[in-house]
Amino acid sequence: MSIKILIPTPLRPYAGKQSIIEVTAQTVGEALKALVAQHPDLRKHLFSEDGKLRSFVNVYLNDEDIRYLSKDATPVKETDTISIVPSVAGGI
Amino acid sequence: MALTIPLALYDRLRQHGEATYPHECCGVLVGEFDENGAKTVRAAVQCGNTRTDSPANRYHISPSELVRIQREALLAGHDIVGFYHSHPDHLAKWSATDLAEAHWTGCSYVITSVEKGQAVLTNSFLLLDQEETKRFEDEALEIIEK
Repeated sequence: MSIKILIPTPLRPYAGKQSIIEVTAQTVGEALKALVAQHPDLRKHLFSEDGKLRSFVNVYLNDEDIRYLSKDATPVKETDTISIVPSVAGGI
Repeated sequence: MALTIPLALYDRLRQHGEATYPHECCGVLVGEFDENGAKTVRAAVQCGNTRTDSPANRYHISPSELVRIQREALLAGHDIVGFYHSHPDHLAKWSATDLAEAHWTGCSYVITSVEKGQAVLTNSFLLLDQEETKRFEDEALEIIEK
């Protein structure tokens, strides 16, 4: 099914400058695979060499972190939105 | 390129740092990019600091807050253009930790020094390049009336 992925600012140069991309997928994992298939330059910014999401990249299905759902196997529905949000932190 | 911010929002983010002193405050800057990458802030969204274990020298914004703010910004035709936080009794300059934990290239990181509860300096830094070669560059802060 068709699902929207919200692309954060730092990744838009590698996603055709788009802020929202639609892909066809049944799971979050399939959606991310479809995303990097459409925009191969995104791959190294999202995934480390072992194929896992980089540690500072958070992926949410609607308002839930996929780490606490079924990760890549999390099923998606037509009305769902996947958000990619790099972490924000720091300090003195 | 400058980060343009209305005076009311500039004051608001500085006051946030005073309110949370001696702990670090943090928040998200929502606005617009122009075709050259210059940014104008339209909202400064206060966030919670999840680093309750070390709030005097660390901050972290919950990804779930970022998700909500990003979604609402896009619906309103805006964007996340940067973030702000405070340095209690410390310089208004990025630290090694700030750089290590910064991942929103193209966005501004605004830092306010808060000394003995009073906001002193506020500076902006633009995060450049890719993750492996990222760096901060000093960025002009242009304060406008509205």
